[in-house]
Amino acid sequence: MTANDLNPGVAANDTLSGQIQYVTVFIGGQLFGLPIHKVHDVFVPESMTRVPLSANEIAGVLNLRGRIVTAINMRRRLGLPLREGSHGIMAVGIEYRGESYGLIIDEVGEVLNLETSGREPNPANLDRRWAEISGGVHRLSGQLMVILDVERVLGRMMDNMAA
Amino acid sequence: MDDLLREFLTETNESLDTVDVELVKFEQEPNNARILDNIFRLVHTIKGTCGFLGLPRLEALAHAAETLMGKFREGAPVTQEAVSLTLQTIDRIKGILADLETNEGEEPKGDDRDLIAQLEAMSLAGDAAKSEAKKAPPEPAKKKETAGTLVLQVLERELRPGEVSLDELERAFRETESEVVIPSDEAEAAPAPGIDFSRVAAEIEARMKQVGGEPKVEKAAKPAEADADAKDEGKGSVATQSIRVNVETLEYLMTMVSELVLTRNQLLEIVRRHEDSEFKVPLQRLSNVTAELQEGVMKTRMQPIGNAWQKLPRIVRDLAQELGKQIELDMIGAETELDRQVLELIKDPLTHMVRNSADHGLERPEDRKKAGKSEKGVIKLSAYHEGGHIIIEIADDGRGLSLERIKQKIIENGLASEAELEKMSEGQIFKHIFAPGFSTAAKVTSVSGRGVGMDVVRTNIETIGGTVDLKSVAGKGTTFTIKIPLTLAIVSTLIVESCGDRFAIPQLSVVELVRVQSNSEHRIERIKDTPVLRLRNKLLPLVPLAHLLGLETDQSKSEDEGFIVVMQVGNVTFGLVVDGVFHTEEIVVKPMSKMLRHITMFSGNTILGDGSVIMIVDPNGVASAIGTAIVSEVVDHKQAEASRAIDHDAKISMLLFRAGSPEPKAVPLSLVTRLEEFEIEKIEHSNGRDLVQYRGSLMPLVYPNYDVHRREEGTQPMLVFSDSGRSMGLVVDEIVDIVEESLDIQVGSDVPGILGSAVIKGKATEIIDIGHYLPLAFEDWFKRKEISSAALTRKLLFIDDSAFFRNMLGPVMKAAGFEVTVCASATEAMRLLGEGSRFDVIVSDIEMPVVNGFEFAEMLRRDARFKTTPIIALSALCTPASIERGRQSGFDEYVAKFDRPGLIAALKEITSPDYGIAA
Repeated sequence: MTANDLNPGVAANDTLSGQIQYVTVFIGGQLFGLPIHKVHDVFVPESMTRVPLSANEIAGVLNLRGRIVTAINMRRRLGLPLREGSHGIMAVGIEYRGESYGLIIDEVGEVLNLETSGREPNPANLDRRWAEISGGVHRLSGQLMVILDVERVLGRMMDNMAA
Repeated sequence: MDDLLREFLTETNESLDTVDVELVKFEQEPNNARILDNIFRLVHTIKGTCGFLGLPRLEALAHAAETLMGKFREGAPVTQEAVSLTLQTIDRIKGILADLETNEGEEPKGDDRDLIAQLEAMSLAGDAAKSEAKKAPPEPAKKKETAGTLVLQVLERELRPGEVSLDELERAFRETESEVVIPSDEAEAAPAPGIDFSRVAAEIEARMKQVGGEPKVEKAAKPAEADADAKDEGKGSVATQSIRVNVETLEYLMTMVSELVLTRNQLLEIVRRHEDSEFKVPLQRLSNVTAELQEGVMKTRMQPIGNAWQKLPRIVRDLAQELGKQIELDMIGAETELDRQVLELIKDPLTHMVRNSADHGLERPEDRKKAGKSEKGVIKLSAYHEGGHIIIEIADDGRGLSLERIKQKIIENGLASEAELEKMSEGQIFKHIFAPGFSTAAKVTSVSGRGVGMDVVRTNIETIGGTVDLKSVAGKGTTFTIKIPLTLAIVSTLIVESCGDRFAIPQLSVVELVRVQSNSEHRIERIKDTPVLRLRNKLLPLVPLAHLLGLETDQSKSEDEGFIVVMQVGNVTFGLVVDGVFHTEEIVVKPMSKMLRHITMFSGNTILGDGSVIMIVDPNGVASAIGTAIVSEVVDHKQAEASRAIDHDAKISMLLFRAGSPEPKAVPLSLVTRLEEFEIEKIEHSNGRDLVQYRGSLMPLVYPNYDVHRREEGTQPMLVFSDSGRSMGLVVDEIVDIVEESLDIQVGSDVPGILGSAVIKGKATEIIDIGHYLPLAFEDWFKRKEISSAALTRKLLFIDDSAFFRNMLGPVMKAAGFEVTVCASATEAMRLLGEGSRFDVIVSDIEMPVVNGFEFAEMLRRDARFKTTPIIALSALCTPASIERGRQSGFDEYVAKFDRPGLIAALKEITSPDYGIAA
């Protein structure tokens, strides 16, 4: 842990204009934003193979155009109740340390162009599980968008694995 | 780094490896000019290239080495020190090359004056020696005019078009020689003197044309190198047919082909679903082409295993010097090809094992001489294909593994208890050398003995799906056998289903498939809750895959129906219970995500033909998860007939059951042949006793007491005891459990049929005396009288080759108050005695293979240490003649095997204080 962690992990990737594009997704009714350069693709997960003995958050593995993708159930990751049925679920494909992952979310929203200045650090009282993977919060009109820090979402899981 | 330099690095490294090998050869045959020339040429080339590329350090080193080589050529004596120094120089050069590679072509800073000075000194010494040699008359043998002595030289492969065989060349030389006036220079002249080269060339060209190839020899002007060059020309012609390809390119190609195979599988799957598809024919073609492409690409990855062996002669040579041993390294099958990925992975384990053989395996020359072997130890390395595998054997003719030392070490390291050890076969004990931190080397040398190694070796081999096994014969040597798949990329697997999920099991470890149904011949049985399967008279431990993987089982489904995948991992065999078996599929293993890599049950995953992802079960992971419990159980079943000994704290497997009373009863499991349940209707009454028809004959049933519940309906459980074709069924109420406990009969018993009571699982348990019941079934089995216990605990050695009697009489004698050690053969007993174990009395069977009881007794009597130890003969054969023979052999008593009261009486008499034993 370095002092950098106090700043949102995305800081380094800010564009010159001081704006950053986010792909927004909904997980359990909450709006999340993923920096667009982190998002590889968005897909509908099909024929997932569950992996016995794997971590709770791992929904399974699936074939995405010939690549094996490890799917992470974001509701589980965030400690939210699971959705009934698997109908209409979506996944955001990301690359992390040379491997493909799919974050399973409820719904994909629009792409937002936000000023970096509008970002605020995590509120001190944020749920620990959330604070762990959140890179800050954006105040939008009408709602708040939590920045999903991909490195932390997966990195922490891997750390836990090693432990 | 520029291409030129890269090329230089690759080539030089290869040359240096050759120089390594050649130098070792040269040391052995210092008069072989051809080898020397070859070395000289290689070093010279390196020097030249270094100068060209501006690498002064390398150039200086190579130059100094070349000078020394030159002196050798001029006739300086070849000494071991000189060769060592040259090898050292080569190592230095290699080091610099490695740095060059990492530093992008910058030659590392450093000083080689030390080495160069030594090399120069050596060269000067060589000069001095040479000038002395000059005074001696020139050796005629060096001249090639003595053409008749030329040996037929064989090139190790067939000639390619455009090549000339060495013999052809030689003949060309000889046939031209006669007309040549030889201006022979000094002794330092190269082996072949002046020759009319143009004639040679013409001759060769003529012959070449006969062979039908293009003229190739252009360098005939250099006769000194002619025959080495001939080989080189051969290489040259290969070089024009082959190109260097970056490994990455090949890897990429392989990946792409793998993808293609997967896609093809997917397409085939789709077409399979559509009966009349016009795609069928073209797809079939695509399939064939893909298969061929796959094979072709695989071929590019294949390399001869000799590449991994290249460094070994040098290593062995250095070791031999360091250890003061004479070692010959025999390499057979170096051309055997395997996947380069596999090759890389076994390189280190192989090197380590050869080192081990040299260090631990082979004895010092003086010891070898004493043992009647030649002073030179041999390490034989061989490789060959077998099925889809490659087998590599590393054999030495050294002293073999020391069973005792390993045992001792096992106990020291707490890997197994003494009792457990006693149950193990030699092979199993030897296997412990693969345990982490295990080294039996009495002293730690710089070479080995640090206890790191064999476990790493095993792990490395197992990670590539291979196995390693060893055989060792004391005094004769040790052989390690490594079995590895030819390639890792594509694996044939069996697709199975468990709880609705599919899994792939590598075919490699699948022995057979058994379908089980509750009403069929093969059905799952349970001992307590442990499922087992009878398979060809063996009990196979079963594990449901669902349990291993923590899958939720569907309660409604019967657990007793399904398939059993019989798997063998190492020497552990077990059955994996699955719900269904589909088909076999060639799959391309893809590594699992880092998030999943901690799951030892899986080795990877892949995409199946239907596009779904499947997890690949790792047989090694499963085997280790099943754990030692089953391993030891398997061992029990497998080794039931193998040697086992019961000492006072030995644990033995006891079968717990209830019969007549709520208190548990127990009997050593090894005595029980089978557990059976018979339908009540099947029990027949005849001649006042209960019988069942069992395996084609009538088996009498015996009730341990009158309280045993005779069921009216359903089935009656019983224990079946068999010996030499006869069986008896002991009727019980319920089979409770199988436990591992030390059998320590604390309270003797007067009740017939009960040996006494022991504490088993914290409960007082009656130990049943099967010996009592056997005569009840067959009167002549043997009679029984109550056991009298001697007051004193004396050490008794009991030798019998029949496991039945060992298990039978061992407890009897134990109950009589002896501390019993059991051996399965006279040789085993002799080993024990030889190691210093002492006994107050020895009871030995007579009819035993290899060494019989008479011979054994005679041997003991000849030894002063055992002259007075009482020995009792135990025999089925009780004729006056044999009794007399027994007396002559030195037995104190001769007791019939079934006469247990007689045995006890004899023991009592013989060990009573007034018998006067010198214990």
